[in-house]
Amino acid sequence: MMDDASPLMAALTLIMHFDPVFVNIVQLSLRVTLTAVCLAALIGLPLGALLAVSRFRGRLAVIVAINALMGLPPVVVGLTFFLLLSRSGPLGGFGLLFTPSAMIIAQASLVLPIVIALTRQTIEDLWASYREYLQSIGMGPKQAILTLLWDARFSLATALLAGFGRATAEVGAVLIVGGNIAGVTRMMTTAIALETSKGDLALALGLGIILVGITLVVNALAFGMSRIGVRHAG
Amino acid sequence: MPDNQVRAVALSVSDMSFSIGGVQLIYPMSFQVTSGRRLVVLGPNGAGKSLLLRLCHGLLQPNAGQVHRNDLHPAGRRAHAMVFQTPVMLRRSVLDNVTHALAAIAVPPAQLHGRAVEALNRFGLMGLAERPARLLSGGEQQRLAIARAWALRPDLLFLDEPTAALDPSATRLIEAMLTDLHAEGVTLMMSTHDLGQARRLADDVLFLASGSLVEASEAQQFFNDPQTAQARAFIAGDLVW
Ligand SMILES: Nc1ncnc2c1ncn2[C@@H]1O[C@H](COP(=O)(O)OP(=O)(O)OP(=O)(O)O)[C@@H](O)[C@H]1O
Ligand SMILES: [Mg+2]
Repeated sequence: MMDDASPLMAALTLIMHFDPVFVNIVQLSLRVTLTAVCLAALIGLPLGALLAVSRFRGRLAVIVAINALMGLPPVVVGLTFFLLLSRSGPLGGFGLLFTPSAMIIAQASLVLPIVIALTRQTIEDLWASYREYLQSIGMGPKQAILTLLWDARFSLATALLAGFGRATAEVGAVLIVGGNIAGVTRMMTTAIALETSKGDLALALGLGIILVGITLVVNALAFGMSRIGVRHAG
Repeated sequence: MPDNQVRAVALSVSDMSFSIGGVQLIYPMSFQVTSGRRLVVLGPNGAGKSLLLRLCHGLLQPNAGQVHRNDLHPAGRRAHAMVFQTPVMLRRSVLDNVTHALAAIAVPPAQLHGRAVEALNRFGLMGLAERPARLLSGGEQQRLAIARAWALRPDLLFLDEPTAALDPSATRLIEAMLTDLHAEGVTLMMSTHDLGQARRLADDVLFLASGSLVEASEAQQFFNDPQTAQARAFIAGDLVW
């Protein structure tokens, strides 16, 4: 595949020719990560908002714990789900280990604390300025949370992009629960981690270029989002 | 007040007091707000004017005593609304700020737009309808806060120093609006530390100092013949604490 040509040239060829194996890996990565972020958003946005507006004993401990979980090493998350999902584990019966579903679950768990923590922070700030007014017009907690989530949507989109960034970049979790099986669970990061050592520099480099591109796009989106937010909402 | 005419009571406060963490902030007080009149709460900074309005509006619960008000109008809408000392603008357009408030009191979706436009027109804000509310000037924001409250058709409107941060012309504009609302029959309870404003607007006065109700009387009486040394000092421009 790559003769004596430089790995960089070979990598660009892979990208330009939409090499099927290459495209497959990129597609799987995006599908897994996007699904994981959507899952985390579905659970994390309402939970974060609820945490922002409610007051209960132990709330501060919960907030500290979730902030700490943001920094959880992906390999530890991977190991945890490996133990849960492996044949002898409590969730072994579902047969999910070494499937894309397992990778989605692991990545969603990595992203969830980020979404909850950033949502809580954003909503809490907004709640501080909205609270009395929303109570004044007789809004109950459910309506208030919907108002807050909607009005913070641009900042929250940035939180989701941050989660997407973390999930795209991590190797440990998906490698452990996915297993880097060619055509099934081989993601961009796992391919880079393992194919480099096997000498397939072109594939690794090509995927690296795509990863950097995705990171750039995500950051540009986040930047644009906050600009639109200001123009739109003040 | 037209003398031998009995008027309804819009709000009745009896022996109400309020404290936070053992600190007494509002000492027991009783008074009534008469329907259709403008009650001005006067007092120096820190007297408890904002606390009193929050207690009357129901944002704070008194530790003792009662506040009687009819929260819900027979028609189902909320009977009172509040304009805050610093306007709270949602991160939405001017128009959406009003429709949001209307939706909160369950105005049918088909009427939201029409009623919001009516409120904006009424207060000369239609030209700004699509602007983000948070980017308006202070005076425009306060006007929007009043328009938004008016859109709810309250019987009783609380206003906490609605002109404290405004320049003289914006102040005059707001005062003219309040005069119009009064003419429409809305009961007003507003705080101010601006004596001139109180003279221009008040039918009745509550004078607070250090969390106590020092004097409650009709405006004329209060300004011409204050009964307490504290009120005399306040009117003369000497700070009371
Ligand atoms: N949440 C609170 N906790 C403790 N003290 C408070 C709280 N809210 C108000 N106070 C105190 O209660 C007193 C009355 O406050 P309030 O805001 O009602 O004054 P005000 O008359 O509206 O003053 P201003 O003219 O400056 O707006 C002040 O001394 C204030 O420090
Ligand atoms: Mg005040």
